[in-house]
Amino acid sequence: MKTACFFPDRYIAVMIAAVITGLWEGLVHIGILSPLFFPPPTVIAVTLFRWLFNGKLTPHLAATLSRALTGFAVGALSGLAAGLTMGWSERVRTVTDPFIAAAHPVPKIAVFPLIMIIFGIGEMSKIAVAALSAFFPMAINTVTGVRQISPLYFEVARNYGAKPFKMFTRVIIPGSLPMMLTGMRLALNNSLTLTIAAELVSAQKGLGAMIWLSWETLRTEELYASLIITALLGICFNMLVQFAAKRLIPWQKGIS
Amino acid sequence: MNFKCQELSKVYSPDNRTIPVLENVNFSVTEGEFVCIVGPSGCGKTTLLRLIAGLLEPTSGQICFNAGENRKQPRNVMVFQEHGLFPWMTVLDNVAFGPEMQGTGKHEGRELARSLIIQTGLADFSQCYPHQLSTGMHQRAAIARAFAADPRMLLMDEPFSALDAQTKLLLREELLRIWKDRRKTVVYVTHDIEEAILLGDRVLVMTGRPGTVREDIPIPIPRPRNLTDGDYPRLREIKQHIWKMLEHEVRQSLSRYR
Ligand SMILES: Nc1ncnc2c1ncn2[C@@H]1O[C@H](COP(=O)(O)OP(=O)(O)O)[C@@H](O)[C@H]1O
Ligand SMILES: [Mg+2]
Repeated sequence: MKTACFFPDRYIAVMIAAVITGLWEGLVHIGILSPLFFPPPTVIAVTLFRWLFNGKLTPHLAATLSRALTGFAVGALSGLAAGLTMGWSERVRTVTDPFIAAAHPVPKIAVFPLIMIIFGIGEMSKIAVAALSAFFPMAINTVTGVRQISPLYFEVARNYGAKPFKMFTRVIIPGSLPMMLTGMRLALNNSLTLTIAAELVSAQKGLGAMIWLSWETLRTEELYASLIITALLGICFNMLVQFAAKRLIPWQKGIS
Repeated sequence: MNFKCQELSKVYSPDNRTIPVLENVNFSVTEGEFVCIVGPSGCGKTTLLRLIAGLLEPTSGQICFNAGENRKQPRNVMVFQEHGLFPWMTVLDNVAFGPEMQGTGKHEGRELARSLIIQTGLADFSQCYPHQLSTGMHQRAAIARAFAADPRMLLMDEPFSALDAQTKLLLREELLRIWKDRRKTVVYVTHDIEEAILLGDRVLVMTGRPGTVREDIPIPIPRPRNLTDGDYPRLREIKQHIWKMLEHEVRQSLSRYR
């Protein structure tokens, strides 16, 4: 329910953020907070703007983006294919279920050293770990999506004489699309997380490398600035999927 | 299309139990007939329809169809109680689903769908998704979809039971109007005795379970029929008769649930 409040809730959140930032700035200046751990927000902002205009940020951002997105594309597409096959065929599902169940809970970053041995320390290993982390949520959510389609709709389609191809394009795909998009959101988040984690360990370029370098050189304001960029990237990814959901599933209550 | 059920039986066997649902069901339906099947909840009406639709196999017995294989018409189309429309398609796409499955051209299929949408009074809602419709409009669309598929027979499973009394009356009239235009064979399942005798050329009374057709009552009274007018004492008589036959069953099932 919306009441005629002088400050809508959204503005209250913005005001709280502003107050905290102001307090932070003030506390550093009067010497209560150490600028070594908490560089004043103004300094962080200046760092961000410097990066934006001196071109230092672009190559790092580009490296992270291309790794995360390539990994996402490879992982999510194969996850989608796997998920649809598993959702479609009971036999495939029975055979593959134990493997998925065993492999899914393994934290993918733990596999990274192994992946580096196989793919080398170049781009491939980072893309591979991102792809691996995108594969599982995509596959699992797609299977769930196909499985939760009410049997009624399969029956209706069959009753109207739908052939397998039409069953696929008119029932299975649209029926599982909401879950697929959930899988996509998780897959995108995972590939970003894993890309940055991999970059922390082994990269010259990328947001992860930036974060690591600012820690090594104890430039805390750069650490904060890289974190802000990373957070913004994550938010962008989520908004992208939300936008896609709005366009692709207009029949879902509550989305449109 | 006419068909004949011969000694039809169905036993469900979920996890090692056996549930006999239909036992020795016999009846026949002739071309263009509107046959109502009435019976208490759980007596196997839906099961019987699904057998006729070919969505289930009988445990024993058979159904003989005499369809005279013509064109690419589907043999039958089922209308469900509710939620039968695809939630991911607009009303238009839902109604055009039959023609689409039959390989009719997209344009032609949509034209066909549009004319049925207009006939069922949904012209303003053709671009809506099912969740935006009231239950009444939803069932109108389901009926439009069934007729758009131009099946040789319609199987309707309590299509109006989720509607309020007013809407129910309206939709019954509309159904009869469309049916008169096209003279399809209709098998209409309901638990509502009044509905059965208002709509059907014949009423099959089922008891059970295991369900079986206990009586086959012809209703040679012209439509539209009305129970409240004084004109149709015969209808009330039939209603009384069926009610007596089912009363015992209903009481039994009530005491079972208590
Ligand atoms: N797939 C099934 N497996 C086991 N039992 C079922 C199944 N479908 C229906 N039944 C049982 O069969 C009986 C008849 O069901 P149904 O045909 O839906 O009756 P009606 O439509 O007359 O209410 C019910 O008791 C129901 O519980
Ligand atoms: Mg039923």
